[in-house]
Order: sequence, then C-alpha cells, then structure tokens
Amino acid sequence: MSADAWTTVADVASAVCMLGGAFLAFAAGVGALRFPDLLARMHAGTKPQVLGLVLVLVGLALRLRSGGAVWALVLVAVFQMLTAPVAAHMVGRAGYRTGKVRHDLLVVDELTRDMERAQDAAEDDERGAAAP
Amino acid sequence: MTVVVVVCGVLLTLGAACAVVRAERGPSMLDRTVALDIVVTTMIAAVALYAAVQRRTDVVPVLVVLSLVGFVGSVTISRFAAVEPEGEGRVRTREEVAAEEAARLRAEDEAIARRLAGDDDADDEPEPYDTLGSMAPHPGGVAGPEEAGAGPAPVGPGQDVAGDGRAGGTDER
Repeated sequence: MSADAWTTVADVASAVCMLGGAFLAFAAGVGALRFPDLLARMHAGTKPQVLGLVLVLVGLALRLRSGGAVWALVLVAVFQMLTAPVAAHMVGRAGYRTGKVRHDLLVVDELTRDMERAQDAAEDDERGAAAP
Repeated sequence: MTVVVVVCGVLLTLGAACAVVRAERGPSMLDRTVALDIVVTTMIAAVALYAAVQRRTDVVPVLVVLSLVGFVGSVTISRFAAVEPEGEGRVRTREEVAAEEAARLRAEDEAIARRLAGDDDADDEPEPYDTLGSMAPHPGGVAGPEEAGAGPAPVGPGQDVAGDGRAGGTDER
C-alpha cells in the first residue's frame, strides 16, 4: 500500500480510538452521577476513566505521528496509570475512615472483618497482660 | 471526520455535565473530589481532541500539566479529609445564613457586655481568667483517647471525630 493509504488507515484508527475514549469518559460521568455510594462512584471515576483517557491519547498519537509529541503522550498515559490508583486509594481510605462506605452494598468486606479481628486480638493481649 | 469530532465533543460534554451535577449534589467532600477528578480528565480528553483535529503538537504539554494538577488536587483533599459536620455539605439558603449571622452578632454583643460587667466587678478582687472565660472554648474539639484509635465500625459522618486524619491515624500512614 502507498503512504497515502497508510495515512488514511491511521486516521480511521485514530477516529475509532477517539470515539471509544469519549464514550468511556461519558460512561464515567454517568456512573459518577448515578451510582449509589462513594466507592461505586470512585470506581466509575478511575477505571473507565483511565482506559478512556489512554484511548484518547492513542488516537491523538495516531493522528499526530511525530516523535516528540508521541513521547509526551506516553508520559501522560504512564503518569495517569501511576496516579489514578494512588488517588483512588486515598479517596477510598478517607471514605472508609469517615464512615461514608455503605456496608449493606458491599459483597465482600474484608477490611472490616480484619479490623475486628485485630481489635479482638489486641483486647485479648491486654486482658492476658493484666490478669497474671 | 467532522461527524466523529461532533460525536466525541457531545459525549465529553455530557460526561462532564454529569460529573458537575454530581459535584454540586454530592453529599460529601470526597464525592465532589471524585467528580472534579472526572471533570479534569474529561478536560484532558477535550484538549487531546482539539489537538487531534487541528494536528497541533504544541498543546501536548498542556495535557501533561493538566494530568499533574488533577492528581495533586484529589490526593490533597482526600489526605486532609477530616469529618465534616452533619449538614455542612449543603448550601444554605439566604434566610439560614442571615439567622446564623444574627445569632453570631448577638453572641458577640453578649460576650462584650459580660466582659465589661466582669471588669467592673474585678476592681476590688482581680480574676485573672475572667477575660478568657468570656471567650467560651468550643467543647468536643478533641476526642478522648479511647476514641482516637481506628475503630472497626465507623459510626456515621459527624461522630467519628479523630478517627481519621489530624489526630488519630497519622502514625499508620
């Protein structure tokens, strides 16, 4: 195929990636609006969001097709992948500690179970240290 | 290409609008943080869309800066997210604000009047803490030591004082 045909292919692939990324960003917004509690909203804000942003950046890279800009886009994508889990962890931790997690909506709640067990163990230790 | 751009723009706009509605409605500070994070990322996508349409490489640094700023904002807010009192996340009406202001002014007037009266009394016997006593300290600012630990079951917003953030959890971070 000629170079012109490859250009067309890259543009079409870029358009598809852009559409997918925009749809995922839209899904993140709808999820943040409609989900019932903080953890579900945070899920909508991190997972579809990062994939959508990566798709948009891939589409932009396919469209720009020049070295320096593409490396900067890779930097943005890597940075987003590094920071989104950190931000989600901080939000989830603060939400759990300030009691904004609805426990009736959770299927598995390992943190509460482990914390109860740890507190029981600590109380047993105190009792054992005080008794003899 | 034009159709693709229009569809992408509409999707991004709708997503950002939904996130802004959540930021306005969100019951807690963390909900707003998450929603504003979504708005920032949607903005990054919009700038990327613009760069793709115009084939401009000079807006790519803007993407880097925006992703940095969004991360710093959300982490900072959730790091210092202490317990906000019940009803704090609500925008008050004009009448409520006026009533609170009137109550505050009245309390200030009473404090000043009490202090003046106290000064009159204090002529013959000095009371060193009288002026401090009129500035009533707020009760309940610091939780007791038995509440400072990380309890297993958070007891709803507004009661779990010092379970997180400033007093209790600093040693575990």
